[in-house]
Amino acid sequence: MKCSQFLTELNDFLDGSLDQKLKAELSEHLTWCHNCYIVCNTTKKTIEIYRENKIYELPDTLRAKLHDAIVTKCKSSKPTPES
Amino acid sequence: MGTIQTNVTTGDTSEELALIQSAREGDIAAFEQLIRKYDRNVFRIAQHITQNREDAEDVVQDAFLKAYQNLKQFQGNSKFYTWLVRIAVNEALMKLRKRKSSKTVSMDEDVETEDGSVPREVADWSPNPEQQYRQAELSEILEKTIQGLPMGFRTVFMLRDVEGLSTEETAETLGLSVPAVKSRLLRARLQLRERLNRYFKKKKNNDGDQSK
Repeated sequence: MKCSQFLTELNDFLDGSLDQKLKAELSEHLTWCHNCYIVCNTTKKTIEIYRENKIYELPDTLRAKLHDAIVTKCKSSKPTPES
Repeated sequence: MGTIQTNVTTGDTSEELALIQSAREGDIAAFEQLIRKYDRNVFRIAQHITQNREDAEDVVQDAFLKAYQNLKQFQGNSKFYTWLVRIAVNEALMKLRKRKSSKTVSMDEDVETEDGSVPREVADWSPNPEQQYRQAELSEILEKTIQGLPMGFRTVFMLRDVEGLSTEETAETLGLSVPAVKSRLLRARLQLRERLNRYFKKKKNNDGDQSK
């Protein structure tokens, strides 16, 4: 397997959605290709960091303000009739 | 090497379906529970797309109001969360279009001009590199880094990897094909990785920041 092919399959490899045969081929490539090992490892870490440290968290005060505003608007609105 | 586990559960439970049904009949308290369940997700999505706090606040309000008004159109063919996200994405794009009235805004923006599918710098990272930074600094780094990506890339990454939508749900939400989502996700992941190198790579002795 070439590095370019490894990269093409990287998403499915990280998501665990590859069949066993292809997964084994990619794992084998990682045992000797240091660059792909690093790219794979740091890409996985990238996803984990974004998932575990969610940016743009909604502050509680703003959350309450938005909540009130939405409820007020909903109360004064009529649901769209079923089409 | 382990795989990434999706940690967002978004399946409609019978409890959620009951809330939707009550809200459809005008029970605002039931709808409030749905707001509380998903408002953080909708706010993040709105911020990611508009990159503007005021716009994001408007989008959250507009998206939930539109969802409430159109609850009867929700057929349950998709999950409620996915349906809501689709409304939020559309509202956010409309907001962006208004703001950039002279420019076209679409999911295809800039995606053909950026390559980024081949790693240019391969550098190993320190173990737990995020722990080198205080939480506020880390958030700033993550915001700055993802803001540098074309909208079509960062939106796919955010929906798929942060909010936990499946590839098919992401495609449906953004009106893209499944192969387009896969291709953008790969490029988004690789570009983010590359851009984070400068903050997370292992420091050599006497090494200043040598990255671009």
